[in-house]
Amino acid sequence: MGETFKVAIIGSGPAGLSAAARAAALGLSHVLLEKTDHLSDTIYKYQKGKHVMATPSNLVLRSDIDFDAGKREAILGTWDEQIAGHKVNVKYMAEAKAIRGTGDPIPGSMQQIVTRARDGTKSVKEVQRHAPPYAIELTNGEVVMAENVILAIGTQGNPNRMRCPGADLPHVQYQLDDPTEYVDEHIVIVGTGDAGIENARGLAEDPAQRNTVSILNRGTEFPTAKAANVSALMADHEAGKLMVRTESETKAIEPGFITLTTRDGEIRILCDRIIARIGSAPPRAFVEECGIEFTSEDRGAFPRLSPVFESTAPGIFVIGALAGYPLIKHCMNQGHDVIEFINGNTDLKPADEPIIAAKFAELPGQRSTEEWLEFLRSNVSILGGMNPLQMREFMLDSEAKFFRAGEVIFERNAPGSSLFGIASGSVAVEVNPADPSITIPIESGSIFGEVGLISGRRRGATIRAAEDTIVVEISRLAALKLQSQVPSAKAAIQRISIERQLLQMFGSGLTREDVAPLVEAAQVQEKRAGEVVVTEGADDKDVFIIRRGSMIVEKQIGERPVFLSYLPAGSYFGEMAVIDGSARTATVKAAIKAEVIRLPGEGFLDLLEKNPALRERAMKDMAGRRATNAFIEGQKDSFSSVVDMYSQTAQFLVDNGIGEATDVLLIDEKLCIGCDNCEKACADSHDGLSRLDREAGKTYAHLHVPTSCRHCEHPHCMADCPPNAIKRGPDGEVFIDETCIGCGNCQRNCPYGVIRMDAKPPKKPSLLQWMLFGKGPGPGEASYSWRKKAAEKEGAAKAKQAIKCDMCSGIDGGPACVRACPTGAAIRVSPDKFLTFTKLTEDVE
Amino acid sequence: MATKAGGTGRFTQDEKRRDSDHVSFLKHRSFRWLWIALLLSGAAIAGYLMIDQQPRPNGGTWYGYTLGTIGVLLILWLSLLGVRKRRINPGAWSLKAWTSAHVYLGLSLIVIGTLHTGFQIGWNVHTLAYVLMLLVIATGIYGVAVYATLPASLSANRKEMTRAQMLDALTAIDRQLESAAQPLGREDADLVIAAMNQDPFSLGVIGRLTGNFYGSCRTHYALTELEDDEPGMERVYPLLEKRLAQLDQIRGQLRIRALLEVWLFVHIPLTIALIAALTAHVISVFYYW
Repeated sequence: MGETFKVAIIGSGPAGLSAAARAAALGLSHVLLEKTDHLSDTIYKYQKGKHVMATPSNLVLRSDIDFDAGKREAILGTWDEQIAGHKVNVKYMAEAKAIRGTGDPIPGSMQQIVTRARDGTKSVKEVQRHAPPYAIELTNGEVVMAENVILAIGTQGNPNRMRCPGADLPHVQYQLDDPTEYVDEHIVIVGTGDAGIENARGLAEDPAQRNTVSILNRGTEFPTAKAANVSALMADHEAGKLMVRTESETKAIEPGFITLTTRDGEIRILCDRIIARIGSAPPRAFVEECGIEFTSEDRGAFPRLSPVFESTAPGIFVIGALAGYPLIKHCMNQGHDVIEFINGNTDLKPADEPIIAAKFAELPGQRSTEEWLEFLRSNVSILGGMNPLQMREFMLDSEAKFFRAGEVIFERNAPGSSLFGIASGSVAVEVNPADPSITIPIESGSIFGEVGLISGRRRGATIRAAEDTIVVEISRLAALKLQSQVPSAKAAIQRISIERQLLQMFGSGLTREDVAPLVEAAQVQEKRAGEVVVTEGADDKDVFIIRRGSMIVEKQIGERPVFLSYLPAGSYFGEMAVIDGSARTATVKAAIKAEVIRLPGEGFLDLLEKNPALRERAMKDMAGRRATNAFIEGQKDSFSSVVDMYSQTAQFLVDNGIGEATDVLLIDEKLCIGCDNCEKACADSHDGLSRLDREAGKTYAHLHVPTSCRHCEHPHCMADCPPNAIKRGPDGEVFIDETCIGCGNCQRNCPYGVIRMDAKPPKKPSLLQWMLFGKGPGPGEASYSWRKKAAEKEGAAKAKQAIKCDMCSGIDGGPACVRACPTGAAIRVSPDKFLTFTKLTEDVE
Repeated sequence: MATKAGGTGRFTQDEKRRDSDHVSFLKHRSFRWLWIALLLSGAAIAGYLMIDQQPRPNGGTWYGYTLGTIGVLLILWLSLLGVRKRRINPGAWSLKAWTSAHVYLGLSLIVIGTLHTGFQIGWNVHTLAYVLMLLVIATGIYGVAVYATLPASLSANRKEMTRAQMLDALTAIDRQLESAAQPLGREDADLVIAAMNQDPFSLGVIGRLTGNFYGSCRTHYALTELEDDEPGMERVYPLLEKRLAQLDQIRGQLRIRALLEVWLFVHIPLTIALIAALTAHVISVFYYW
């Protein structure tokens, strides 16, 4: 065994490179381990010429190596040069397999590793932690010794491996760089995601290569691939270029052959090469084996870290994307800082200090950043469980605000999904829109705004500062992170939200004491899209409140289920059976993934008995619902076809994502003349690129759902945006701001395919110039060739960024697509207003 | 993110829109522009009947001038629809409202223009303008009729496919045909190749509007010439049938789109001619004042 390094850095991405450069500059004995033969593999694998962005722009870069926005090649070139210049000790082809402490066992320091099997069972393994120095075992058998280890391995993980007998043979590979490399081979592709399909098509593309390509699909569907890829694959299959084997799995691999289990039994076919594209495993298992604990079992959880990035294994530090910082600048700063910490520099202030200090600048009272952070942490109850590092990170996505007595914090019906914590002072909730003088107080330390956060819907009430008040506004993202990192915060938010939802359920008049027993007994349950919550005819007696998502109510009339109504988040159901003791009169099921609060029927009855006014209100609501149901049933007898049409149209819209929409474009194809003026208007209103595709999308009974943003209650696109550039705007629109780095995550996450990646084209000549002199491409989106030519003329090509509908925010008159429709075919609707009998059956012509 | 409801004053407006403004341009705002047009026409007729025009009802009386001025202003405004629909910003207006007004006010011109003539028709530039106006209106009526009746069939013919997808489907069929036709003999293969090489868009104006191009369709011809039970035809024949069905869809799309658009090729040039004739009419009237 060779020398013991002061620090070993695993992974040569931006974080690892920056750390290694710092270590080299300080003269620390170090080694940088990289599993491939080049630096920064993730960026290396970006497509050629990709423009890499440097956000956030207000964050200073603190690193020994340079980084600025630019082309992939330029950035990699700079790094290669500077790493060589710093004389960094890089060890290539060094993939870490395990990290073990070689010192004494640390008393009482056990790592519990929970593994969950597919059937839902859990097994717990306990690992004793050992003190440093650490032995880093590499896949080639070598061992590297180091006192400190910095894990900067990112979140890409390693490709999933095949597990059948023979899977370790050399002709099984997990990547395909150049499909033209292989000729005259029998090749089997395993996995029918986009990667597998693209590989298979690439290998079969040119008949001159004479490859015999088959692709294995475990089932008959292609749930993980893009529709365009699937249809191209099936066309190739029909054309005999390659073979798609459905319901086939690998049983065994041997040189020259592969054995498959198929629906019709086992077959053994010729096979010279196997390319397995079966996803990749997140690096969590490896990290846990090193003795590093995560903050929760949540899939999105990060390792538990000290303010200096040290994990629960002493001497192992975690930085970069794996620590929860996906942006290059953050990563590089952390690489620098972590080496400083290891080198004993404890006074170092984080690079984001000025950003955080600016957030407190407007507040009254002279406090340092640390004092403010501690002030918020100790005064807002849900923040109590966080450490200083977490508080800092938390504050980056949050705002501290001061409101004078009487000032409005937010108004009823304003969109907003942020959560507020009261650090000092108190606020008043105007519960009755008709009479602002009726208010309910919320005291210091508590939270408000949680309904917007959980349901994704508009604010339910206006809230004013009751006295001079300091609040912390926690963005949706920070609130979600907080809940996954601090279980106690999650429980507190849940409890408060249930209580408030109950108080709101039947208007004012109830007190916390009234609902306390129900809050105690309430359960939050998650429901999959389509999952039945209440079954018609059953005699269970619970009441439900929809916390997030939405439900549809249907009833069996004659042979078929008939759609009765749509229930948005905030509605309750199931009260009829409780109040009059009857069986369930209709089925309620989730329109989309949803969460309900389940209240036991008896508790609900008790509450009604104690509150006659509430009982009266409930009876009134119930009578209203009965009347609606009776009306539709009555129509069914006389106008059966109208009701069928209504029911099926509503179901069609729900199937196409209208259930989670807040504002969606529909096209009535009984009116649409196909002029595409909507697309042209869209392009002309937004930098010359259309954000909707009128023709694409599904149609039922002449009602067409084009490819265009639904502005979901819980936008899928927001799920994984590194610069956090996707936000909900003041009019409820989900938009992408200019900090977009063009990574394409949102495009992949959107289930409706409404996001496109494109570069902003140059300005067109004016309409007048076009009409009179034929200059330029005319109204609407210019052709690709025109844009390309014009961009070349202008010089430097712009980077591709994500583009989506912003509901024409800031444009007088509202959405251009609707305004530009000459016949009234294009409409934008919200589900709670549109999924009703009158709207769906009205005669529009 | 602490925002006011409808920070830009849009919430109320958006709610109204979401409350679903789901009616056609004809029914827009409970036929608001139909009523305005009827009122205008009614008033014009009433005026014509009640006002004693000397020496006789004519474009040259003060009432005739009034009607003429209204007519000319209407025509100029109506012709601006072409600019309006291409210039969506700025302004909070809706093209549907404009279309609605265009249709009904355009129709009211029949009454206003006719009364303006005082029923004096002759072989002169004045009558030319009048006749051109009626022709523009007639083509417009055709436009309204197809807008009201054809979109449903356009949608039905599309079967959720985009135009690009239809062409892709055809290309996919052709790729299969090409390999399936390899074993065919020279003559049969030529029929298939001829079918594949025919441009699906070269239909001619008549063919495009009537949808009848089987006379020149080589895919159709190949199907009539080939026998489906000949050896080697097991794949080729059904593929050709599929190809014809795909072609029918594409041609159906082209036909309906053509029917929806063809009138504009008359309506707009006639409008330009009308404005020219109108200019001549107005100038000559003032010249001989």
